Amino acid sequence: MNPFSTPANQNQRPLSGRLADNIMHFARVLREAGIPVGPGAVLDALDAAMMGSLRTRDDFYWTLHAVFVKRRDQREVFDQAFHVFWKKPKMLEQLMQLFFHQVARDAGEKAKQAGFRRLAEAMFDARESQSQQREKKDDIEIDASFTASAQEVLRRKDFEQMTVAEQAEARAAIARLRLLRSEIMTRRWQHAQDGAAIDMRRTLKGSMRAGGHFIDLARREKAWREPPLVVLCDISGSCSNYSRMFLHFLHALTNDRDRVQVFLFGTRLTNVTRELKRRDIDEAMAKVSGAVKDWSGGTRIGTSLREFNYRWARRVLTQGAEVLIMTDGLDREDTDTLANEMERLRRQTKRIIWLNPLLRYDGFEAVAGGIRAMMPHVDEFRPVHSLDSLRDLVVALAGPASGGHGARNWIRKALH
Amino acid sequence: MTKQVPTSIDDTLKLLRSTGYVAGRVLATVAFLSLKMGRPLFLEGEAGVGKTEIAKVLAETLGRKLIRLQCYEGLDISSAVYEWNYAAQMIEIRLAEASGELDRGRLGQDIFAERFLIRRALLQALDAPKGEAPVLLIDELDRTDEAFEAFLLEVLSDFQVTIPELGTIRAAEPPIVIITSNRTREVHDALKRRCLYHWVGYPDARRELEIVRARRPGASETLAQEVVLFVQSLRGGDLYKAPGVAETLDWVTALHELDAMSLDPQTVNDTLGVLLKYQDDISRMQGTEAKRILDQIKDEIRTMAHT
Repeated sequence: MNPFSTPANQNQRPLSGRLADNIMHFARVLREAGIPVGPGAVLDALDAAMMGSLRTRDDFYWTLHAVFVKRRDQREVFDQAFHVFWKKPKMLEQLMQLFFHQVARDAGEKAKQAGFRRLAEAMFDARESQSQQREKKDDIEIDASFTASAQEVLRRKDFEQMTVAEQAEARAAIARLRLLRSEIMTRRWQHAQDGAAIDMRRTLKGSMRAGGHFIDLARREKAWREPPLVVLCDISGSCSNYSRMFLHFLHALTNDRDRVQVFLFGTRLTNVTRELKRRDIDEAMAKVSGAVKDWSGGTRIGTSLREFNYRWARRVLTQGAEVLIMTDGLDREDTDTLANEMERLRRQTKRIIWLNPLLRYDGFEAVAGGIRAMMPHVDEFRPVHSLDSLRDLVVALAGPASGGHGARNWIRKALH
Repeated sequence: MTKQVPTSIDDTLKLLRSTGYVAGRVLATVAFLSLKMGRPLFLEGEAGVGKTEIAKVLAETLGRKLIRLQCYEGLDISSAVYEWNYAAQMIEIRLAEASGELDRGRLGQDIFAERFLIRRALLQALDAPKGEAPVLLIDELDRTDEAFEAFLLEVLSDFQVTIPELGTIRAAEPPIVIITSNRTREVHDALKRRCLYHWVGYPDARRELEIVRARRPGASETLAQEVVLFVQSLRGGDLYKAPGVAETLDWVTALHELDAMSLDPQTVNDTLGVLLKYQDDISRMQGTEAKRILDQIKDEIRTMAHT
């Protein structure tokens, strides 16, 4: 709807001033609380409120809900904002008190309900929270004047054994990695000179151009596209050093490609796709660590995979998605669940690549229970402990499954 | 005969219920606003909660034609909007040649005339005469790709499509648009922004019982109550795919066909396939688990009867 055309409507049926103002203020509160509410939606809300059929507060609630809420996860924030804004005038005072309380005292107090805090900040000026934001450091330019041999060493070095400076250099190298992924055929057609099928629409149009005397066949073929990629990354204590580095790789990945979904798991599963979408790597990492509650803790691979299968798989494993799992596979708890959930995952995706940092050891054998449980269900089994291995992964993603890293080889080795 | 759109939320509620669609007041509110404001209604929710049904009911009660566009991966303009009848066009060209027609412009006009146009769902919906705007159901939008979504954006904001050979076709009266999604993929915000959004959840026990009574009047009251409570307790449990309202109704039908007046463990086990569609879920339910739930809901019904 054209936002400029609506004021005319309003002139016809003027809404009582107070309500219109309040709806506008309410929209502003929602916006501050993180629900993207544009001016168009505000006009819609005014229109909707004027439909004149509102009988109860509930009707009003759902009317505004229909206009302002566009995603399921926005419902909580909307709900709280609505009740605070429209229902309980006293609540507003309480909130205000809470807020000024917080400003006056230091932040050591017990953490309040998360939505409540966010709302409080939204309703009373965001100045306070803004001033707390750290000042951005000046970018330190990385000295890239390494000699060839120094780079050579760095490329093979285990992430865990790197010094801080080397890690910084490795991160910069990761940020420069570009992915070429293999494409799959979609069901959409595109024009092609030597395509297998005939494009009738173009053929007839071209023929008309020549007056219908010649019918010159135009051809088309199926379009190819990169499949979506789903990454499940273990962040428990045993892998945390690698997963931190891997996260930098994932950041490069999500910013380079569309349709990449990233999940982190330790004892529970967290979707960090949105957090990783920040262009600035430091900002993205800060967001991710804010979202994740179980860094460097224990690991429950089976239950995390189960959560993924039940809650996310049907939403993200569509259109031929590929799965990348980064974990050491050391789950002693319940190998039965792990095997079951891997099998279920296997049935929903075309290709599973398992990245295991334990592969850095030459004498690695697939003997641990968790590893034995996962192995039969993966297509490829690869290391992720150095820049070189990441680079290999990039190459692997561009091509079909390769023999050397096929999971079967590892099972066979373990059996001998 | 087309009817006027309802004038209040209560009217909408009554209208929906008149054909046995037991809607909550919330859904009626959104539907009313969508009809009144002429905005597409975007319904998201699990499979089998009655998203598609509402379009059918609206078409029926408002006396409109229902035009359904089932989405799938690779859906493109030639199967969603229009296509030319190439075979007939080729014959036309041959005929023109035979009769010695040489005027290029004339031939072009003859070939790309309306009689060679095959109208698909979207064009049909926009092309209806005034006063007969249909209900356009765009079903399972999440199954298509982003490219089609972007195209739809244009159609839904201006209610017009352009056919290069013919010109722009604009709806005399915007159709009533219902879009559904199972959320296997997040639909882009730009499209949602043009719609009124509503999440259709599972109904609570009381409303589901109402739905069963309205839709399956033949089933016995005991059976209806037990089935609803059983399904409700399944949804609370740990299943890969919880049964929807459609499954509940199917199950009632199946049990009714088997002349069951109430649930017993054996019948439940025999007919679980109607309710649950994954082997893991079925094997979990089979045997003692079904019996446990049955005992529990029978207790519940007993205490309800006492109070």
